[in-house]
Amino acid sequence: MTTQPLRTAIRGVHVMNGTEDLGVRTAVLSDGRIEGYDLDGPFDVEVDGSGLVLTNAFIDPHVHLREPGFEVKEDLASGLRAAAAGGFGTVVSMANTDPVIDNPEQVRGLLEKAADIPGARLRPAASLTFGLKGERLTDAAALQEAGAVMLTDDGIPVADSDVMRRACEWAADLGLVVQTHSEDPSLRGAGVMNEGAVSERLGLPGNPREAEAVMVFRDCQIAAMTGARVHIAHVTCRQALDVVRWFKAQGAPVTCEVTPQHLTLTDEALAAFDPMVKVAPPLRTAGDVEALTEAFVAGEVDCIGTDHAPHTLDEKRQDMLSAPFGIANIEVAFPLLVETLVQPGRMTLQALLHRFQHGPADVMGWDAPSLEPGSPADLVLLNLNDARTVEPHTFLSKAKFSPWEGDALHGWPVQTWVGGRSVFERG
Amino acid sequence: MSDPKATLFTADEIGRALTRIAHEIIERNKGSERLALVGVHTRGVPIAERLAARIADIEGREPAFGKLDITLYRDDLTEIALQPVVKRTEVPFDVSGMNVVLCDDVLYTGRTARAALDALVDMGRPNVIQYAVLIDRGHRELPIRADYVGKNVPTRRDEVVKVRLTESDGADEVLLVDRKDAL
Amino acid sequence: MSEPQGSKLIRTLLDFDRFTADDVRAILNTTDVMAQVLERPVKKVPALQGFTVATLFYEDSTRTRLSFERAARAQSADVMTFSKGGSSVSKGESLRDTVATLEALAVDAFVVRHPSAGAAHQVASWTDKAVINAGDGRRAHPTQALLDVATYERSVDAPVEGRKLVIVGDVAHSRVARSNAALWRLLGADVTVCGPPTLMPQHGGLPEGVTVETRLDRALDGAHAVMALRLQQERMHEARFASPAAYAEQYQITEARLAGAQDDVKVLHPGPMNRGVEIDGRLADGPQSLVTQQVAMGLPVRMAVLYHLLVGKGGSA
Repeated sequence: MTTQPLRTAIRGVHVMNGTEDLGVRTAVLSDGRIEGYDLDGPFDVEVDGSGLVLTNAFIDPHVHLREPGFEVKEDLASGLRAAAAGGFGTVVSMANTDPVIDNPEQVRGLLEKAADIPGARLRPAASLTFGLKGERLTDAAALQEAGAVMLTDDGIPVADSDVMRRACEWAADLGLVVQTHSEDPSLRGAGVMNEGAVSERLGLPGNPREAEAVMVFRDCQIAAMTGARVHIAHVTCRQALDVVRWFKAQGAPVTCEVTPQHLTLTDEALAAFDPMVKVAPPLRTAGDVEALTEAFVAGEVDCIGTDHAPHTLDEKRQDMLSAPFGIANIEVAFPLLVETLVQPGRMTLQALLHRFQHGPADVMGWDAPSLEPGSPADLVLLNLNDARTVEPHTFLSKAKFSPWEGDALHGWPVQTWVGGRSVFERG
Repeated sequence: MSDPKATLFTADEIGRALTRIAHEIIERNKGSERLALVGVHTRGVPIAERLAARIADIEGREPAFGKLDITLYRDDLTEIALQPVVKRTEVPFDVSGMNVVLCDDVLYTGRTARAALDALVDMGRPNVIQYAVLIDRGHRELPIRADYVGKNVPTRRDEVVKVRLTESDGADEVLLVDRKDAL
Repeated sequence: MSEPQGSKLIRTLLDFDRFTADDVRAILNTTDVMAQVLERPVKKVPALQGFTVATLFYEDSTRTRLSFERAARAQSADVMTFSKGGSSVSKGESLRDTVATLEALAVDAFVVRHPSAGAAHQVASWTDKAVINAGDGRRAHPTQALLDVATYERSVDAPVEGRKLVIVGDVAHSRVARSNAALWRLLGADVTVCGPPTLMPQHGGLPEGVTVETRLDRALDGAHAVMALRLQQERMHEARFASPAAYAEQYQITEARLAGAQDDVKVLHPGPMNRGVEIDGRLADGPQSLVTQQVAMGLPVRMAVLYHLLVGKGGSA
């Protein structure tokens, strides 16, 4: 960070996070940390927080920032700023770039570049195999030394079970998280949406839940076998949840995430043949959404991983077979779930905050986010009172379109601080 | 049923006019040999049928008879309803060398006659084509005239001439109606 | 006798989801008239003079494309051809951009064939011009189904209502099967689909009332019309069946297998045929076969469809 953060007072704000509730206070930030509450001035900056909630900035274990190679879709600057606009203070970037993040120099390069960007903190993942080819293991120890926090071939399932096993043996020894995109490649086939009555009706090639469930089973089994912390990315269906639940009950070191889209959209969203909502794994049925919601509310799903996956509008406007998978969602993820789950009373605000804060921190093995004085001033100010419409043209992401365009949502981030510096302020 | 302003033709008058036209056709064509009557869908068909029957009575020989649908030849597509209804054209004889009398109920702009002529010549090369109508109401937009006319009726463009025939409408009469009342 | 009349303005033929039996009957009625036009010395009418029809073929099918283009020209419409490999289609221009370009050139109708299901729907969402689906992935091929119904009805001089159609083969991947099942059901026919379990739709998705049967003899019992589908060799490599011979052993349509069908059963095939695989060559050439008539019926059906979509209230030429 280039400039010294200022001493900031956020007045009259409700201070809380996923585990604590400090009530209405004046929060004071200095030297990049939470200095304390209800302290005396002088302050360089004063923010009126009345009616708003101040909480730990969110952690996203799953984003695609597309740099290097696909800067036309997103780059570090746009992606990290978009993350801050979504209330995130830390994001884990995926390695499926061009070139693939599979050596320590690239990890260091990303970290150096990100350090100058006023946005969320970058914690890069590195690939599990060279070139995401699923064959030769990357140098996990050197990647970790360079700053990689996760090994993953996300975007491509690791087809070879022995490769997965050996990667997990390394990761277990190093204490690295292995994240898996769990889908059986042959069972998934050329599917572009959930296989079921809707795909049959639409005549689109289907990708069955079982493709996910069998691979989740394998990956959990290898986690139990090796002792590696295996994080199952984007769980989407009841069958996969059942597998994760069973392994967790056995004490296997397994965690999982769910995306905002899989909690809010079903395969019926594809009925208009709009590739905007083409994602992998695919949107499932209403029954799956309900199963995911129950598991998410109950804490059986550890956290939200947005799988923020920006593409250009032209790419997403192709036909259903050609358009790439993915939705850019990091700026709407939190308010979308406030609207879907907190507003109707499915879960408390505090529980939802937990899935954006302590949940992902636990997955990554990081310190629990805290509001205690002395904690890092990675904070976000939220407005739970006023609904605001999703207006994609205001996105900081390069992907300025959204399946939720026009939806009125509560819970938008108003301002985000990272290390005590204001990195986002909603105009 | 719309409220008519005037009855232009009664059933008796229609019958007498058709009988006169039948005689004129025979006279002009010197009998009924190689004579064909072709009705334009919809109300030209019963008119052609009646003329053919009268000619058969008089001459003791049936003229050839056909039905023509000119929908595919129309140049006023916007007048077609939500979905087009195209009827079968039934001209079960070779028109080449024939004396063809096209029959219709009303001659107005001449566009239907133009379309019918195009449709007919696409089927072959008649010796001659003549045109018989029950009512000529004027307002021609093309250089077309009828060879046989039941009655000439001066009209305004905002009026509609409604021909009703027993075969299609249950009674024979011709009414003059205001356009706003016609639907 | 009054002609069937469509119930609404129809601008697109993407599938039969929004069609009533009357809408279809109106098109089939016009098909008869178009067939009549094609029997005359002058096989052309001025019905679509001033209209321009664009064919956008992202999948090779010269036969279908020529059929549509001839159908347009036989009504005096102008034709623009965009086919894969022949134009900017191959240069990476998106479908959306191609449609926008053609719209700017005052095209009145788009005929779209595309490997992706829903491509014609997408085109229809980008333009208010007429759009005809000439085959989209495995989803729909409505003009093929119309010509199949028209061919059958003409051959028996009776409507399909109350009759039994059996579709045999790779139903799961066949837009021809899906559109025929939808159309024959819409017109009141019984429909049974039959083939190996690996080539049957797995989650419903067929129109209501369609029977799925894996035993051919049971499927063919009482059939009035049997449609054999082309067996794609690639399905063998996708582990759907053991070999073409093994498939033929169970599912080839032969004279002998038709013993349980109606005496006047008719045999259809959308072509091109694998003789000796899904259909016995002698049967395909025999008196029960409608294969040649199907090919011939393509033209009047497509003439009628173009005419119905372009002409009517709101017609712009």
